Amino acid sequence: MTGLWIAVLATAAGCYALKLAGLTVPERVLDHRRVRRFAELVPVALLAALSAVEVATSGHSIVLDPARLAGLGAAVVALLLRAPFLAVIIAAAATTALLRAAGAP
Amino acid sequence: MVQGAGSPVRDGLGLGLAVGVSGLAFGAAAAGSGLSAWQACALSALAFTGASQFALIGAVAVGGNLVAATAGAILLGSRNTLYGLRLAGLLQLRGARRLVGAQGVIDETTAVTLAQPDARASRVGFAVTFACLYVTWNIATLAGALGAGTLASPRALGLDVVGPAAFLALIWPRLRAGRTERVVAVLGAAIALGLTPVLPTGVPVILAATAALGGALAMSPPAAAPAQAGRP
Repeated sequence: MTGLWIAVLATAAGCYALKLAGLTVPERVLDHRRVRRFAELVPVALLAALSAVEVATSGHSIVLDPARLAGLGAAVVALLLRAPFLAVIIAAAATTALLRAAGAP
Repeated sequence: MVQGAGSPVRDGLGLGLAVGVSGLAFGAAAAGSGLSAWQACALSALAFTGASQFALIGAVAVGGNLVAATAGAILLGSRNTLYGLRLAGLLQLRGARRLVGAQGVIDETTAVTLAQPDARASRVGFAVTFACLYVTWNIATLAGALGAGTLASPRALGLDVVGPAAFLALIWPRLRAGRTERVVAVLGAAIALGLTPVLPTGVPVILAATAALGGALAMSPPAAAPAQAGRP
């Protein structure tokens, strides 16, 4: 039990330190144009990757789950139709939920 | 209005509520893996970064070594360091505000912050998303750990696609802005999917940052810009 508490608190401390480290990097480091460009592109790369992994994998396998893929597809359609943010996520969740209610795995 | 983004307050509240509810799943999974409700709540309140939290309880659930489990969970948090690099200039946090704001540097807040049209809206978006998600995530964790997860399945409501859809919606304006952004996004997704079968959970997403590195290195040299600007 104590070991588990140490793991919980060490994880929390490590995660917080990593968050703070990013905010604390001296501004002159970001004055280099390539570093600044890297920092600008990182969220695009990571959020796209996260989105892909959450939709198309399960554990260590690539899984083409129709309900999840259709949900993301609905989000893309909503974005192309210039729907506002909340409409995009509602369209995605509703599509996935409906397909599952209709018996999709 | 920026496409794919409404007001920073609406974006933040919407995403905070929708993603926060998945704290139910975390609380339930934590209880199932052998953590007490207190430990689940401590993790949500103090670590407050979903991927690391799920990684820790996942390793505990299968009886993994606690040191390795902790190291793996912390490694996943390095994503937030990269986000912090980008957010530092926008948020301009100093002193105590930086110490508090740091806890909020995660996927969702970064996405909302960067989707805003100006620095002021960015700061509002960050604060609202952080506050809303922090409260919702922690209440949902407690509820899930106490067994409320069995009342309504986040999966049946399609909430597992809220994150992916929200991330896509929030980077959408950037994808429209430039070809490099689109290439980096596609490469990042391909790298993460390609490495998923062979690397520990979460690591492929971090390695997707190499796509951003490639994008930054592929920039044209600075000398080219003034030369072009000098032409009539």
